[in-house]
Parts: sequence; C-alpha cells; structure tokens
Amino acid sequence: MTSFIKPRINRKTAPTNKIGLTRQDYDGTMSTLCAGCGHDSVTAALARAFFELSIQPHKVAKISGIGCSSKTTSYLLKEAHGANTVHGRMPSFATGAMAANNSLTYFGVSGDGDSLSIGIGQMIHAMRRNTDMLYVLENNGVYGLTKGQFSASADIGSVAKKGTVNDQPPIDPCALGLSVGAGFIARSFSGDRKQLVQLIRAGLMHKGFALIDVISPCVSFNDHKGSTKSYEHTYKYYNKFVHADYIPPEEEIKTAYNAGESMPITLHDGGEIVLRKLDADYNPKDRASAFSKIINNKIKEIATGLIYINENLADMAEQNNLEARPLNQIPYKELNPGSDNLKEIQKSFR
Amino acid sequence: MMNEYPGIRLNDFVIKIGTVNGTGSASANELLMKTIFRMGVPVVGKNIFPSNIQGLPTWYEIRVTGDGHAGRSGDVDIMVAMNPESYERDLNSISSGGVLIYDSTWPRPHFMNRSDITVIGIPLSSLCNAEFEVARSRILMKNMAYVGAVAAIIGLDMSIIQNLINETFEKKKKLIPANIKAVDLGFNYINDNKLNNKKFFIKALNKTSNKIMIDGNTAAGLGAVYAGATFGSWYPITPSTSLMDSFSKYCNIYRKHPKTNENLYCIIQAEDELSAAGMAMGAAWNGARAFTPTSGAGISLMSEFIGFAYYAEVGLVYFDIQRVGPSTGMPTRTQQCDINLTAYASHGDTKHIVLYPAHPGECFTMSAQAFDLAERFQTPVFFLSDLDIGMNDWMVDELEWEENYTPDRGKIMTSKQLADIEVYSRYLDIDGDYIPYRTLPGTDPKGAYFLRGSGHNKYGKYTEISAEYKEVVDRLLLKWKSAAPFTPQPIVFKSQKKTNYGVIAIGSSDGAVREACINLEKQGVYIDYMRIRSFPFADSVEEFIIEHDLVFIVEQNRDAQLMNLLLTETNVPRENLVSVKYYAGQPLNYKFVYEALFKGIMANSKNKKTA
Repeated sequence: MTSFIKPRINRKTAPTNKIGLTRQDYDGTMSTLCAGCGHDSVTAALARAFFELSIQPHKVAKISGIGCSSKTTSYLLKEAHGANTVHGRMPSFATGAMAANNSLTYFGVSGDGDSLSIGIGQMIHAMRRNTDMLYVLENNGVYGLTKGQFSASADIGSVAKKGTVNDQPPIDPCALGLSVGAGFIARSFSGDRKQLVQLIRAGLMHKGFALIDVISPCVSFNDHKGSTKSYEHTYKYYNKFVHADYIPPEEEIKTAYNAGESMPITLHDGGEIVLRKLDADYNPKDRASAFSKIINNKIKEIATGLIYINENLADMAEQNNLEARPLNQIPYKELNPGSDNLKEIQKSFR
Repeated sequence: MMNEYPGIRLNDFVIKIGTVNGTGSASANELLMKTIFRMGVPVVGKNIFPSNIQGLPTWYEIRVTGDGHAGRSGDVDIMVAMNPESYERDLNSISSGGVLIYDSTWPRPHFMNRSDITVIGIPLSSLCNAEFEVARSRILMKNMAYVGAVAAIIGLDMSIIQNLINETFEKKKKLIPANIKAVDLGFNYINDNKLNNKKFFIKALNKTSNKIMIDGNTAAGLGAVYAGATFGSWYPITPSTSLMDSFSKYCNIYRKHPKTNENLYCIIQAEDELSAAGMAMGAAWNGARAFTPTSGAGISLMSEFIGFAYYAEVGLVYFDIQRVGPSTGMPTRTQQCDINLTAYASHGDTKHIVLYPAHPGECFTMSAQAFDLAERFQTPVFFLSDLDIGMNDWMVDELEWEENYTPDRGKIMTSKQLADIEVYSRYLDIDGDYIPYRTLPGTDPKGAYFLRGSGHNKYGKYTEISAEYKEVVDRLLLKWKSAAPFTPQPIVFKSQKKTNYGVIAIGSSDGAVREACINLEKQGVYIDYMRIRSFPFADSVEEFIIEHDLVFIVEQNRDAQLMNLLLTETNVPRENLVSVKYYAGQPLNYKFVYEALFKGIMANSKNKKTA
C-alpha cells in the first residue's frame, strides 16, 4: 500500500452534486492493486455512491482490516479519516468508533479471509449488535497477499491456481448474516457497477448493519479455469433477482413500477428503497424465504440483489440509549459527578 | 501499642472464618468487619475464595489492627470453622494461643488434640434449626449466629451491629427481626454458658473517622467516571469484572441526561478481549476517553491491538487486575505476575506506561491519571492492580476529587489550527517534545489521516524506507521515556538511621513491606523503603539503588519480574539486588517479608565480617 496522490484533473464541466463537489472529490490515493482487480471497481462504486448521496467526505469514517480488500479504503475519500486496523478486527474498531461519535457515516471494507476466517467472530457480533455501518465484503475466495491459498468462501470443487481442489464447504456471508439477524443483506458483483452503486446507496442509508457481499475476482490468483470466483464463472451464473433503488427523501419516485413486482421500503431518513423483484413471489422482508433463496441457488446461480431487509431493528446507539450528541463532544462538566456527590457516594463505604 | 490489659490481645489479632461458598457468609463477614471499623478500630479484610459458584471452601480473614497496618500478619488467632471439609486445614492454621469456634451440633472430639488453643463449641445448627423454619434461612441465619458469637467473644458493640442490620435490610425490612434474632442466638449462647475466655478483645478507638472501606475495583471504576471516561468495553473475567460493575453503577446514577434520561456513556460487553480492545481503541481514536478492564489472560488476547495502539499512537487505558497465572492459573488468587507482560505487551519493539496502585485510594486517583497520561502521550497506559487490591475491602482515606480538575486531552488540532497550517501530518514532532498532534474524525477535511499499523513515516504515509521507519520508532522510544516525570513518582520511607540497606516493592506488597520495615527497626535493623509507582522508572529509582549496598526487591511472582525489569531498564549493578519472591496466591503477609529481609541482612553482614 503506497500513498501516491492520485493526479487531479480539473474538468470545468464535471458535474457537481448537491454540495458542489465533483466525483473526483471522492477519490483517494492511487490504487496499488493488480490491474483488473475487482476491488478497484468496488472502490469506484463506493466513491460514486458517496458522490451521488452528496455526503461530505470528511463526515465519513472508513475502516478496514488487513488484506488486499482492506487496502482499498485508502483509494477513496481522501478527506475522510481512515483506519487500517488489524487482521479480522475491523468490526470491533468500527463499533467503538461508532459509540464515540454516532453522527458520522461509517463504512468498513473487508475480504473473505478477513471476515470469514480470522474475523468471523467479530463480524457476527457486529451484526448481532446492529452497529450502524455499511460492511462491504470483497469476496474472491482466495488469499491474495500470501499468494493463492483458499479462503473460507471457496466453493467445494473450486480449483486453485496450483491445481489443488477445495473440498470444504464454503461459508456464505449472506446466509450467516441471515442466521444472526442482520437487517440488511445484499450480494453483488464488482462487474455490475450499476447494481452495486444502488446497493451501496441503500446500505449507507439503512439504519443499522448493512452487509454487501461483493464477488470481486482476484485476477492474479483466482481467475483461471476451474475457479468459481472468476470473472467468467461469475458472469455466467450471475443472476439479479431483486433490484434495489435508493431514493433520497427529497426526490420523487419517478419511475413507474408494476404493482406486485415493486416493493417500496421507507428508511429512517425518510428516503425509500424501491425493490423491483424479477421473481414476483420473492419477499425480501421474509427471512426464511431469503434463506431458502440463497441456499438453493449455490454455485448454479449466484443470486444477487437485496436479499433481505428489516428496517425495524434497534441499532447499537438505540440499544445503548445513547444521547444524540456524540459522546466525544460532551463537555467534561456534564460528565463529572462533582465532589459533593463523591461525599454522598462514600456514605455507603462506612 | 501499649497494652493496658495484661494477658489480653487488645485490638491486635486476626479472625478467620471458614465457610462453604454460596451459603451467604459474605454479608455476615462484612457485618463483622464493618462493626469493628465503626468502633473506630482499623481493619484489614481478605476474602480467600474459590473459582466456583457454590459448594467449595471459602475463607474470610479480618485483621484487627489498632496500629493501622495495611497488610496481613500471617497469623490466625480466632478461627471460626464452619466448613467440615476444611476442618483439618483450619485447625492446623490456628496460631498457638488462639481460639477455635465450631458448630458443636456434631461434636468433634479430635479438635481437642491441640492443647495450645482454646476450643469453643456452639451448637449453631441446632440453635438455628429450632428457631427457623425454612431450610435456606437456617443456613443463612447460622452465619448471623456466628457473628453474634464472635461479637460476644471479642466485645463488639451490639448497637452498631443492630444499625448495620437495619441499613442492610432497609429495603427488605421484614428480614430485620430474624437477623437480629440469629445474632442474639450466638451472642447469648456464649454469655449464658460463660464460654468467653477474654483473650482477644476490641476496645473502641477513634482511628477510622476520615476513612472508608472500599475495594480497588470500585475505586478504579469510580475514578474512570470522575476522569470523564465515556466509553468502556469489556469481556467478563475474574478479578476485573467488578471494575466495570462499578463504572456501570455510577454512570447509571450520575451520567444520565437530566431531561431525556439518555446515556452520556457507552458500555459494551464484547464477544472476547480481542474485540474489547478493538472497541476501546476505536472509541479512543474517535476522541472518547476509553478503557477496557481485564486480567492477564485478557491482556494476552488484547496484545495485537495494544501493539497497534502503541505504533499508531492512540491513547487508551487498560486495567489489568492480576490473578495467578500462567494460563487459567488460579483465577481467584492474587499475584503480581503481569509486570513483564504490561511493560512490553505485543510483538515488535513496544514499551508502555504502567501505573502500579497499592491500595484502593490510589486506584481512584491513578485511574483518572491513567486517562490523562494516555491522552497526553497518545499511547496505551496500563493500570496494573491485582485481585488483592481489586476485590478486597481496604481501609483508606476518604476519596477526594479536585473540583477544578480538567482532563488533559493532549494535543488535538482543531479546525481553526488546521486553517493556519499548509499541510497536516499526523506524526510530525512539531514541538520537539516527541508528541505529535492528532485530529478527530469528522472535524475538518484538512485533518484527515490514515491510521495504520503498517510501516509509516512521520507524515503518516505508508513506508518501507528504512530511515523513515526508524525515525518514527526512535521518536516513540523517546516519547515513552519522556513520560516518566509525569507519572506518579516513587515514595520513599527513610529509616530512622542512615542505612546501606534498601527494599523496593510495588502495588499490594506495600502494607506487608512497610510493616516488615517497622518491625526490623524495632530489632535495630534499619532499612530504607522505596515504593515504585510507575513505569518507565523515574531517575530516582536508579539513584535509590545505587545509594544502597544491598536492595531487596519484594514482589509476588516466581520469576523476579520487577527485579529483571529494573536490571533491564536501569544501569544498576546486579550484585546490589536481592530477590524476595512470594507467589503462592494469598495476599502477602509481613512476617514473610520480615523474615526474608532479616535473614538476608544477617547473611550479608556476616559475609562482610568474614571478608
């Protein structure tokens, strides 16, 4: 990970968002990932979503663990504080940061090794706790930085670059999220920016933990024949079954959706996610049907889209009865019980 | 002290109560101790308990010490043996001339084997069974009955006992008469049967008026409240759990928004210590005063985050309430076995600030100080207490809080300050004091930086360039060293006469070491005592050792961790130091220290003569 500053090209005609920023204002340092890496597309989709939502870059905190995926937070939002923490521990760090100041927008980027092996405990508990953050899992089925070992998301039968075949069942982060009660679960593909940007927008605006599992192929170690996380394989079996369009509170819903196929969900900020279902029977508010959808579609079909949503869960701040004012901004005089109370307290120590 | 009653041990003896854990004896024992305390007589209480919920032997030791000593004596003068399983051990533990009290509902003739003690049998079970109906209350009331018996034997003020019972059951008033009745059962049995041998006696003094009885964890939790800590994450572990209980209890009273009743604090019970450490660090990075309480086993798990916090310069407080190691060890026994661990926790070159409180009074003040140091020096600070300090009730001076205290948040660059500089760099030593400026997320686009545990240069950018890497870690070492004068300085107790002998200790060894020194002096052996209170060591530590020919290092671990730390971190000659170690898990007693020091000094002076 280097810190080359991305050259800024000022285009006078570049479109601006509601706060007068261009898409470029959401860039970070130059990526040092391999050419064609899926992660760079995810970075671009994230930057695009933040731009479209007109979020002040410095009002965002970006947190990651260790691995190729975790480097990417450096490649966007240079005006946001970032923390590249320790391996598999992004969720706990983000949870503490959230508690200290719940007025910022938090997003974490992790990988399949970082999330599903070394960090699986932390990921699960962040979902249980409903930490208000977007959690992007860049999933390529392989350890890149250590040169090609299988990760816990590798499918049975998937072939490694050196020829070994994986025979352990994969951990599906979406199924995991459903089982522990996460309120926003989506899957996407780094090759489908349109879908990904919409899901990121929705995930950022969702109150509580939002998981997006993004199939993001590793061009160096897992993009060969026999891999089930290659571009070729993903394009072939990739199936969008629920579109999610996030509509900010101030925008009217202009597109006409067919009744029965669309499902509007009002978010905490007053905006809406409009779900367009390709399968009219599918109900993304029903945990059991979501579970059955992704379990039954393994390998043959990679089910993508907003798999499950529940807007009615109390998030971490609410569960902890936190004041609206960030904890890090409360003046000491309001925190100090004072010496008179200390005298009072000590009456019970005699 | 002068004894105006010849033949009677006045205000100077030890009562030990052996019971079965989970039978409610804790409140009875507290009642005994508080009664003595309210009679104005200093006490030392030690709870020696098993890692178990119900059914195993447990003891409570109350040292009555009119002279106000803070440690254990090593004696047992009155043994209340209520647990058949530990009878043998309890009988053998009684000091010569002592008293054994036992439940004679089931007579134990072999107790009479020891001719050097007085045996008092009271049929506590049959007395209580006759008086109380319900099985559970029979068990509970037996405890109150032995309180009454002891009260009669040592001359406790019954009106104080009555008041304490009233206070205890203020919210369950209907339990008061039964408890009073049970106390009376024991009390009257002793008096009616004239069983009092009047050997150990308490006479009211006026030595506890500005004192309180408090355990170190309660005090440390309270210190964190007063320091303005807003975030605590933790994973339950004996013996640190009660620290978070205390923080939680007082936050719940004093940290609610007056109108909305919302919390001005956040406590998260994490899934493990790795996570607890990560949460606390995340909160600290984001500008909250944050901490995590744990014990040695937890520090092991937290070590990866500790190294990250050290290298990335995020200040937070780790409370380590030590218990006996290694591994699971003995979770309910005490030791000073994490001295090395906390000094250098985590892989790579890491050195930390560590505070060594010696009693609950210091737990309160040092808890708050730890936060100031963590934020000032932007680095992990360890508060190294132990089970003895943390979980036992100690008599200490009333806690005081300076009304004009302001938290030392260290160098935080504001938006206004950022506007005046061209570029902000996270790790630049602008002021030449090795401490850089931090910024808080969300305050200003100009202040953004990328926190990383990977190699970075002084600008906070990733680097693999040798010189750039070295520049940062060299500054970190200097920063750590520069903290020494800001930490609690050592306390020296000079002996009455100039001496070449010295003794050094930290933390809960203090009471025993001080009492050992006092007793040595009575024997004409003079020794200076320095209690170290922090790491990095103050310069005065090295000076103290060099000023003396022989310095004993008293500590509660097997491997002489403090001595080795002194040898590593100062330039003192090894031959000047003598290690005195106790590591069997009970709170240190002064006789152990006295004997080790006495023997060591005698051997040394003998060597000198023969040389």
